[in-house]
Amino acid sequence: MSGALASLLAPVIEPGFFSSEDVRVAILVGAVVAIVSGTVGVFTVMRGQSFAGEALGDINTTGGSAALLAGVAPLWGFVVVGVVAAAAMDLIGIQRPRGRDLATGIVLGVGLGVAALLLYLVTTLRNTTGATVTILFGSVFTVPASTLPLVALLGAAALAIVALLYRPLLLSSVSAEMAAARGIPVRALGAAYLLAMAVAVALAAFTIGTILSTALLVGPAASALRLTRRPGLAIAVAAAIGIAAMWLGELLAYDSFYWPPVGTGQPVGTGWPVSFFVVTLIFLAYLCSGLPALLRRRSGAG
Amino acid sequence: MFSGFMVNAWEVASIVAVVAGLVGFFVVLRGSAFVAHAVPNGSFAGAAGAVLIGANTLVGLGVFSLLGALGIGVLGRRGRHDVVTALALAMMLGLGALFLSFSVEYAPEVESLLFGEVLGISSNELAPTAVLALVCVAAIVALYRPLMLSSVLAEVGEARGVSGFRMELCFLAVVALASTMTVPVVGTLLIFSLMIGAPAAARHLTDRPLVAMALSVAIALMTVWSAIAASYETNYPVGFFVGTIGAGAYALGRGWGAWRRRAGTPLPSQT
Repeated sequence: MSGALASLLAPVIEPGFFSSEDVRVAILVGAVVAIVSGTVGVFTVMRGQSFAGEALGDINTTGGSAALLAGVAPLWGFVVVGVVAAAAMDLIGIQRPRGRDLATGIVLGVGLGVAALLLYLVTTLRNTTGATVTILFGSVFTVPASTLPLVALLGAAALAIVALLYRPLLLSSVSAEMAAARGIPVRALGAAYLLAMAVAVALAAFTIGTILSTALLVGPAASALRLTRRPGLAIAVAAAIGIAAMWLGELLAYDSFYWPPVGTGQPVGTGWPVSFFVVTLIFLAYLCSGLPALLRRRSGAG
Repeated sequence: MFSGFMVNAWEVASIVAVVAGLVGFFVVLRGSAFVAHAVPNGSFAGAAGAVLIGANTLVGLGVFSLLGALGIGVLGRRGRHDVVTALALAMMLGLGALFLSFSVEYAPEVESLLFGEVLGISSNELAPTAVLALVCVAAIVALYRPLMLSSVLAEVGEARGVSGFRMELCFLAVVALASTMTVPVVGTLLIFSLMIGAPAAARHLTDRPLVAMALSVAIALMTVWSAIAASYETNYPVGFFVGTIGAGAYALGRGWGAWRRRAGTPLPSQT
């Protein structure tokens, strides 16, 4: 019976998809990371801090390459460097609306400069040419099962920060003035949130690559916020969109093994990059999330 | 350091610095740091695609940076600007990852595209760079007054018939052109440092726009020159030096501005 079902589904789901250990780990990691990114991302979009998210992701390149150089797990490098960069942005003045992008940009510039140096050292000293591509564009299929507990722990930490600060964070994200008037320490709250964002971005960078991580942080959240105005619901929708994009992306990448051009993938013998599918699906979700409003405007005009 | 193949590097890098300093002034003025990061960064996909189909890298960079810039401009009109920028950038980089995975022999060149390879500049890159630079400078000169107006006083600009949206598109196109010519020198990830660090430092030194522009160009030139010299001596990627020197210039400029304000000396325009 299950054999018949498998042969029926074979054109859609390559046989062996669910029995592969790598795929099972990827599905688990994808779900955890999508939930964390969706939750934190809703606040990122509401606070207009997409650029900070993007910068934290890019700067993680430094952490990833430093970890490779030191021979420790890349995820540690992502988290440590992300938290340090978040602190630096906070110090230079990311909380002020004016000049905020500039502060982000300056920190980003330094981070990327150091990343350039570290990647150069990694390629020359360790003789691993694929390192750059792996760090920048990621591959969730190469995540070892042993990092699962760490991923879950970091994800839980980021979610705990958001859950603990939920109400004041929401208020200060909607109106910083009103929050300040009520005696909420807006500045400290912003710093705590930046910390949660650094952890979420590190997880996303670990999963789909440092320079693509913003897609997972911002895309599902922005789509969800276009569909509903209720923050709690938006978080649930964002997590669902993120999970769908991750899982569908993983499935398509697995299937793409036999897509043309066969056998040219890097490393040779793999299919299309899984991160490409994830990002494309998120982008499509964002475009589609604008449709309801567009239709309403059309019917309103007509 | 100044002989043979290095002459090209000095010439091209100097042109790049002048344009980055000029365009960067408006990037900082308009608070468009994110777009200035996204456009050159996303054009990486164009370079990867061009290599894949055997076309000229500059063409690929140009097409993708223009498409990206206009896409951000148009989509950003409806949705939130920073969200659209982030997603457009990720989408372009995703395409870059795809193109990259198709071409086996491309991998070593990725780093020079991302982080710059000043020693790899050949003499036949000089002419296209110079032409693009001239177009950029001409566009800035032609757009100077309306762009200034819509950057500083958007409402007044609208009232006088300067469409903010059209100005944004024009400006994004100029950023796209500037990044096209800059990418081969300092790399997609680091152009942005040049476009932000130098003008941001200049803004802390003076309030007068023309003086700030001149200062911005001067600081950008110094940044690039010292970065090339350091890269030549150490063999480390030029992007590293551009990134750190750019931020150092900003820190110095900001410190100098703060010190003068505390000393009570007003900025030149306020006298």
